[in-house]
Amino acid sequence: MMKRTAWPIFGIILLGYPLIFSTPFQQRLGALVLLSAIGASAWNIVGGYAGLISVGHAVFFGCGAYGALASYKYLGLPPIGGLPIGVVVSIGIAAIVGVPTLRLSGHYFSMATIAVAELVRLVVSNIDWLGGAQGLSGPPVPRTPLDLSFISALPYYYLFLGVLTIVLAVTRQMERGRIGYYLRAIHDSERAARSLGAPVSRYKLYAYMMSAALTAVAGALYAVMFGFVDPESGLGILISVKMVMMAALGGAGLLLGPLMGAVILVPLEELSNSLLGGIAPGVTFMVYGAIIVVIARLQPAGLLRPILGALRERSDKVVRRPC
Amino acid sequence: MFSTLIQVIAGGLLLGAVYALFSSGLTLIWGMMNVINFAHGDFVMLGMYVAFVVWSVMGGGPAAAVPIAALALASLGVVCYFVLIRHIMRGPMLAQILGTFGLALLLRYSAFWYFGTSFRTLPETLVGGTLLIGPIRVESSRLLAGVVALIVTACLHLILTRTALGSRMLAVAEDATAAELMGIRPDRMQAIAWALAAAATGVAGALIANFFYVAPSVGETLAIVAFVTVSLGGFGSVPGALAAGLLIGIIESVSAYAIGAIYKDIVVYALFVLALWLRPVGLMGKA
Repeated sequence: MMKRTAWPIFGIILLGYPLIFSTPFQQRLGALVLLSAIGASAWNIVGGYAGLISVGHAVFFGCGAYGALASYKYLGLPPIGGLPIGVVVSIGIAAIVGVPTLRLSGHYFSMATIAVAELVRLVVSNIDWLGGAQGLSGPPVPRTPLDLSFISALPYYYLFLGVLTIVLAVTRQMERGRIGYYLRAIHDSERAARSLGAPVSRYKLYAYMMSAALTAVAGALYAVMFGFVDPESGLGILISVKMVMMAALGGAGLLLGPLMGAVILVPLEELSNSLLGGIAPGVTFMVYGAIIVVIARLQPAGLLRPILGALRERSDKVVRRPC
Repeated sequence: MFSTLIQVIAGGLLLGAVYALFSSGLTLIWGMMNVINFAHGDFVMLGMYVAFVVWSVMGGGPAAAVPIAALALASLGVVCYFVLIRHIMRGPMLAQILGTFGLALLLRYSAFWYFGTSFRTLPETLVGGTLLIGPIRVESSRLLAGVVALIVTACLHLILTRTALGSRMLAVAEDATAAELMGIRPDRMQAIAWALAAAATGVAGALIANFFYVAPSVGETLAIVAFVTVSLGGFGSVPGALAAGLLIGIIESVSAYAIGAIYKDIVVYALFVLALWLRPVGLMGKA
């Protein structure tokens, strides 16, 4: 999808960003973009490639975040040490939830995922040992470097960049492998895929579990950076919707679509918050909402697709030069 | 004990009727255009604010607020249809989520910006007092809401199934191209559907405002209730939305009474997931 030469340039931009834009605000912004991109890319596996629009991925994000902070609170581990716990729980929940809900088609699936996410949010709000409505906190002062508690956002930036690279590599591998073909076939027509003998249900569940695991990673990283999670910030419907919006805005089902969506949406939110937040609270999200509406209206398939199309057309022209 | 239970069920039925009303708007556009409207709860929120403004500006009660909210929201619905929905409805489902959620944010934060975050309530004297119907005590504001909601939902159903307009709308829902060849304008029918759906949310909002707090964020909660109601009832089915709304109202109030108010939503969502598992197309949906 992208020419070989484009990758190193792309990598250098991502590696160099926090060194060029080196104010704390810009570095923090960069880290937040990457963190959101991790979540949205994880969502993309099931939502973009397989076309199963989950609006309940906050459950898995919450598993990661709560896993990290609960294992600090009860086992004394550094929060990042709770990541495997969060991932395992997340995969378990995906398996339990996936079996009944993945049978549902289209909108029904989306609605069921919303309901499950709200269910989990409400249950967690009432569980005392998970902090109830108050939530959980991380170590107030870093005990060891492993607590990954930094004042600067720079270490987080590179940590998140590394994880995002892994997530994208996994996605790329999947895209090219058997499972990628199955998922796209399911997306195009589940019935056709099934009639041609594709093990549809099994692969949908695999994709769902993989997506859940990676989303939990995003949640754990969130908890490591912010050192805090409560039902709203870890399991709220906005978490799920933001993943969907980023992927949709950039281009769902494209490797770099979610990253592009994050590059647009996160700065939009943070900038308008810092510019307008003081003057007129509320206007921030009015602008944010209006811009999303305009993009959905003008580019319903996401912003990345037309760009890729234009690039492809140009390279086609070069190849098809008359001889 | 027994009379308390009847009391609780009656309360649930009245609440459920209002759920049914604003969900029937959602199910109408969902069934007709296959569009998920994430801004639906915020339409209801605006209807509530209309009732608040009608009261605070001219001291009017529901008799004034309901028609004004219906008209205001219907106009908003038509505007939204022509500016946004028409262009995204043929696109992928993700574009619909993106567009309507953007719209939701726009509406929610416009209200936030204009009215502030504080919770507002209408004075209880507006629709005052409680009534005794046999052994059951009901607040008259809830009774009014439930009864009007039932009537409006029934009218919506009759419009869809018994009038020429309804047949045209269903024809467009079935096959827009074929309908166009028969001389029906799909655009106009879909705009009317949006107007009707939005008017239903306006009426619901204006009614709910009499016994519920008004705040910009209230739409989010209501949207989830509407989603659950519509998918439980089956997309596109007004009777389904009615049955599901009443059912959810009863389950909510009975479980709030039996195991505690904080668990009522948990019970509703759990039963919803279970119901979808057992019957994947909702109670009255077509496969």
